[in-house]
Amino acid sequence: MRKLSIIGAACTAAALAATGMAFAQSAGVDHAKADAEFAKFRAEMEDSNPAELFEMKGEELWKAKRGPKNVSLAESCDLGIGIGKLDGAYVQMPRYFADADKVMDAERRIVWCMTEKQGFSFDEIAKRPFASGNFTPDITSLVTFIAGHSRNMKFAIPMKDPKVKEAWEIGKEIAAYRAGPYDFSCNTCHGNDGKRIRMQNLPNLAKPEGAIKGVLGWPGYRMTGGVMLTSQWRMNDCFRQQRFPAPKYASDTVTYLLTYMTGTSNGQIYKGPGIKR
Amino acid sequence: MKKQIILAAATAFVALAATPALADATARAKAIATIKQDFQPRGQADLDRLAEDGLQALCNRTGNDPKGGIVKVLEADQLATVKYPADGKLMGDWKKGESLAQSGRGFTWSDNPGLPVGGNCYNCHQISPKETAFGTVGPSLLQYGKLRGNSPEIQKYTYDKIFNAKAFNLCSDMPRFGQVGALKPEQIKDLVALLLDPESPVNK
Repeated sequence: MRKLSIIGAACTAAALAATGMAFAQSAGVDHAKADAEFAKFRAEMEDSNPAELFEMKGEELWKAKRGPKNVSLAESCDLGIGIGKLDGAYVQMPRYFADADKVMDAERRIVWCMTEKQGFSFDEIAKRPFASGNFTPDITSLVTFIAGHSRNMKFAIPMKDPKVKEAWEIGKEIAAYRAGPYDFSCNTCHGNDGKRIRMQNLPNLAKPEGAIKGVLGWPGYRMTGGVMLTSQWRMNDCFRQQRFPAPKYASDTVTYLLTYMTGTSNGQIYKGPGIKR
Repeated sequence: MKKQIILAAATAFVALAATPALADATARAKAIATIKQDFQPRGQADLDRLAEDGLQALCNRTGNDPKGGIVKVLEADQLATVKYPADGKLMGDWKKGESLAQSGRGFTWSDNPGLPVGGNCYNCHQISPKETAFGTVGPSLLQYGKLRGNSPEIQKYTYDKIFNAKAFNLCSDMPRFGQVGALKPEQIKDLVALLLDPESPVNK
């Protein structure tokens, strides 16, 4: 069953790229229709999402003894619900981790485990943290694997924790912060209902129904380029388009923005690693 | 000149004191501190881009809705930044304007700083009816000139608005294209023509 669906995923990955081009060409004609077509297409693809390939790779990485300390994440990493526990961990992050004295999103937490428990160098991981071309970092596969273990679960960010609440409040202010040559903030694009840049719909992150759109589908297999990308990457690319300099990898700024978006999405269902246009 | 700045500063203080700040001051201070520690320069995007200028700070502190007489004063200051073409003409070539309006290039860390910057217009506005891939962050500009005519006053308003949108709406979402040097006066002329020339598809 598992194997079959993976072969399906590999085959569809190629088909996806071709179909994606067709969408890009036709979308100029009718935005709503193109969106609806993509949504239908995505629903059909759910059983053979190329993200599954990365989930499998992530599972291997999670279980293997690795790093200078030769330990596995499965036997050493606590994602907030106990060492090695996976089910529901992703939909409860970002959360506060006392051992690190930090609020961390899933990706940042895994990086922390890789450096603190396995002995990997943070600087090495941060050198090339996102997928490009044929390269997919281990961290991306791990995030995808962990996210897969929260499929169809409700977001339950522990907002009653004062540290998490504070991260949410700061994230909200970071989203409102206008600067740079074009006076842009996150909210310039993502602070109102029903707006678009060109054909791209812009979710309003201030509302639960908008925030969930910013969170769902990540980590996601992006048909443009055919690479697996994480929420950390998405925040990075938003800052690029905001004409800001680059956020450091796994920094507070990104975690706080993710806390703002994911916390606002609480109670809604996470559908698992997704497909992005 | 100095007096004006002192006056503006004094008024800004009064305006801020009189208006309950919409932004959570503690969270905002922490947000700024967090941003300061968390970024690195990349490509053409240096860290100086993270600092608010005075206008950005006022807009950020008031949830983009500053109150009081200071608003008109500061809008007038923004208008005073507008520079005009040497020949004094404000309408150029609408065809050049259309291709400039299409380009969204410029100022990101992945952009080559040696290449010209685009107008980014279609990212946010409907303009020519032929281009259906338009954004909706700003208002539709379809029939812009047909509705307004192209009198010298309308030409000047349109030129000024593109050069520095903050001269008319202090916390407008629209960038200050001329003031930050993204678009040159000759290019803004072409955009004015795109919106106002009776031959432009915008007005057909």
